Amino acid sequence: MIRILSLLVGLFFTAALAWSFGNGAVNFAREGKPATVESAFHEHPKALHLASDGPFGKFDKQQLQRGFQVYKEVCAACHSLRLVAFRDLKAIGYNDDEVKAIAAGFNVPGLDPNTGEANTRPGLATDYFPMPFANDIAARAANNNAVPPDLSLMTKARHNGAAYVYSLLTGYQDQPAELLKTFPDAKTPQGLHYNPYFANLNLAMAPPLTADGQVTYGDGTKATKDQMAKDVAAFLVWTAEPKLDKRNQTGWPVLGFLLFATILGYLSYRTIWAEKKKH
Amino acid sequence: MAHDAGTDTPELTAGDGVRRRDFINIAAASAAGVGGVVTLLPLISQMAPSADVLAESSVEIDISQIKPGQAIKGVFRKQPVFIRNLTPAEVAEANKVPTGSLRDPQSLAERTKPGKENWLITMGVCTHLGCVPLGAGEGEVKGEFGGYFCPCHGSHYDTAARIRKGPAPTNLEVPEYAFNSDTVVKIG
Amino acid sequence: MSFPWANEYKPSHPFMQWMDEKLPLPRFVYNAIGAGYPVPRNLNYWWNFGILALVCLTLQIVTGIVLAMHYAANAGVAFDSVEHIMRDVNWGWLMRYAHANGASAFFVVIYIHIFRGFFYGSYKAPREMVWLLGVVIFLLMMATAFMGYVLPWGQMSFWGAKVITGLFGAIPLVGEPIQQWLLGGFAPDNAALNRFFSLHYLLPFVIIGVVVLHIWALHIPGSSNPTGVEVKTESDTVPFHPYFIVKDGWAVGAFLFLYCAVLFFAPNMLGHPDNYIPANPMSTPAHIVPEWYFWPFYAILRAFTFDFFFIPAKLMGVLAMFGSILIWFFLPWLDKSPVRSGHYRPTFRKFFWFGLIPTMLVLFYCGGAPAEEPYVMFSQIASLYYFAHFLIILPIVSSIERPDPLPFSITEAVLGHDDKAALGTTA
Repeated sequence: MIRILSLLVGLFFTAALAWSFGNGAVNFAREGKPATVESAFHEHPKALHLASDGPFGKFDKQQLQRGFQVYKEVCAACHSLRLVAFRDLKAIGYNDDEVKAIAAGFNVPGLDPNTGEANTRPGLATDYFPMPFANDIAARAANNNAVPPDLSLMTKARHNGAAYVYSLLTGYQDQPAELLKTFPDAKTPQGLHYNPYFANLNLAMAPPLTADGQVTYGDGTKATKDQMAKDVAAFLVWTAEPKLDKRNQTGWPVLGFLLFATILGYLSYRTIWAEKKKH
Repeated sequence: MAHDAGTDTPELTAGDGVRRRDFINIAAASAAGVGGVVTLLPLISQMAPSADVLAESSVEIDISQIKPGQAIKGVFRKQPVFIRNLTPAEVAEANKVPTGSLRDPQSLAERTKPGKENWLITMGVCTHLGCVPLGAGEGEVKGEFGGYFCPCHGSHYDTAARIRKGPAPTNLEVPEYAFNSDTVVKIG
Repeated sequence: MSFPWANEYKPSHPFMQWMDEKLPLPRFVYNAIGAGYPVPRNLNYWWNFGILALVCLTLQIVTGIVLAMHYAANAGVAFDSVEHIMRDVNWGWLMRYAHANGASAFFVVIYIHIFRGFFYGSYKAPREMVWLLGVVIFLLMMATAFMGYVLPWGQMSFWGAKVITGLFGAIPLVGEPIQQWLLGGFAPDNAALNRFFSLHYLLPFVIIGVVVLHIWALHIPGSSNPTGVEVKTESDTVPFHPYFIVKDGWAVGAFLFLYCAVLFFAPNMLGHPDNYIPANPMSTPAHIVPEWYFWPFYAILRAFTFDFFFIPAKLMGVLAMFGSILIWFFLPWLDKSPVRSGHYRPTFRKFFWFGLIPTMLVLFYCGGAPAEEPYVMFSQIASLYYFAHFLIILPIVSSIERPDPLPFSITEAVLGHDDKAALGTTA
């Protein structure tokens, strides 16, 4: 009885699937796969190699400091870094006094101690990076109707994040003539900027790194556009995963110990089972 | 583990074979034990104060507005800290008491910074069971000795915040602090 | 369970004797996972995955309790509290990555455990109850994992919650009220997040309860084995301790090695980047997918693209998705072959290796791929085979198949001879 029922249920599901498949296949044969401008012109991020890559990766603090400088002087005007506190910067090689000075250079929301009215005060080491806009509406109004996303987790919030940031920053270009020939409707709208590394190819952010030497590095590194993009990508890897160094450093001893314990366990298994294998 | 294995294999009870086998089994069990114990470390230490909590373990307080005879309650490590500007009379009264007669013998000088003996900075946490004593706020009861009074179980502190009467075992704790300038004190 | 030759618990220490009279817990452990439980001697490594699943469950509960000490189940702060764990809590990053990857490890282990059961006929009499309880555990695991994925309140959390509760919206008439009741609102928000957290904390303990029943039910007939031939004599078994304690022990070590390699060096490999974007009810991610362990069922859900007579495609998809697991409950009665192990079932074996396994791989792949051609057509063919396999092929094959000759006993299968066989002893 149960098997007759199962046969009927089975036929029901398989028939419904065959019906969906048949209809879908006919449509597919008739229309094919519609080509979109994104599928034709979107590009995967360029290769980027950072000191923090891989299981042996370790942050290059010098580079992180340069990246922080790029963030502070270029990105911070529009992009927040709300999950990072100034005190965290100690991890990339600043000492207590430098952290204090950096914090004091930012204005954070505060209250007037006498009237209780909202105002701003210089940041403390325990404060988090302030938001450049009061709220999303203000951010939208100031940025051509697009909210600049928070950058704290950016390199973990995109596939191949660090390379994505680097590619996006260096990937601005004119729309290829070929694109307009194939997709005449896909002309980049007024106020947007063509960038093949962006998911839908047109992005509201104007090219932020416009000229070599836009920032002046304290360590003498030449601030080419490419270098700045790399440095800020490296910095954002740190902001997204500040414990990366510690994770890699913890991982090796743990794996080493597990390997050792597993081999001992295996030898123990062999000795205990040795006789059982024979009779 | 080793013993059970041994009982099944009587023909191997002689010589080095058994000792080597036992050694491997004991080593494997020990390794598992060590691994288990080491795993406990992060599980235990996760309950200790986190980095953001520790970062707030020191605080800077502006004391320019406190007139002699007044006190403020600051916040230090999520607990009240009393900052009191003693009047000359209060200083004199504190110095009058022979320290030998106290439950927790300390002079006012030992509880303040040299040259700043009018600034009495103590935790606002009764040393008995942790209530907040009265006496720092305007108009609050200061107790029989003119300092602080803890209403929970009736501990009286004097003008140097020393325990004089009641169940508290020690004087109000003086936190680590330093004067950054004449008007700003850094606690912690 | 007891075979007559099972070792008996004989405490030697006076305290243990006293304990045995008052609360015979040591005796219980001895008989359950100690020297008092005789186990077929021929178990292969596929039989290690039950213990591994128990290890995963423990791991998840321990790390989960730790995370709950720091997590805040409120839509306003949930995302930030997870980042607080990652950045400020001592070893918080380790706990969170261990828990997130632990869920994946748990499903890897449980899928292998389930498919071992499929191949070796572990669901067959007298172990039907073991199987049924196992399917219940799997369903509870899926519910727990789904609700856990909502907790970080990222984009995938939010839209996962919306889409999965939306499945209930496919039920005619009462669908929409049910969806609103599940969410406590019109869209996922604080109410949903709070109840998901509450249930995510509760269900693992329910799972422990069902696991106890699962193991209890297993101990009545004793473990199955790769030949599918029941235990006949003492020479067919070895005591669980030390033989399987040490075999499971080293397997746990090997498992933890692989797990830690992912945990420390590729902790976000199995996650989706969009879940590092805070939940935004106004914008759906471009390509929304559940966690990888739901992909086969997600592929089945999406395979129904056209209304079937009067049944809307959406309802068909939901029915099929739930049905694809529910049919496992009927497996012991669909497969009537008296032979358990796939080793001795030539026809079944072909359908298993060349039908079911590739089908599952295709469903896994297509469930994670975008909902576009050719993936939809692939998942339609794979889903079709999936249902046909369990509901049509298995019942028919088990009726007409001619199985290979079985060994006389487990001992014979292991050693190539069994003295008892020569003597003509039967069980």
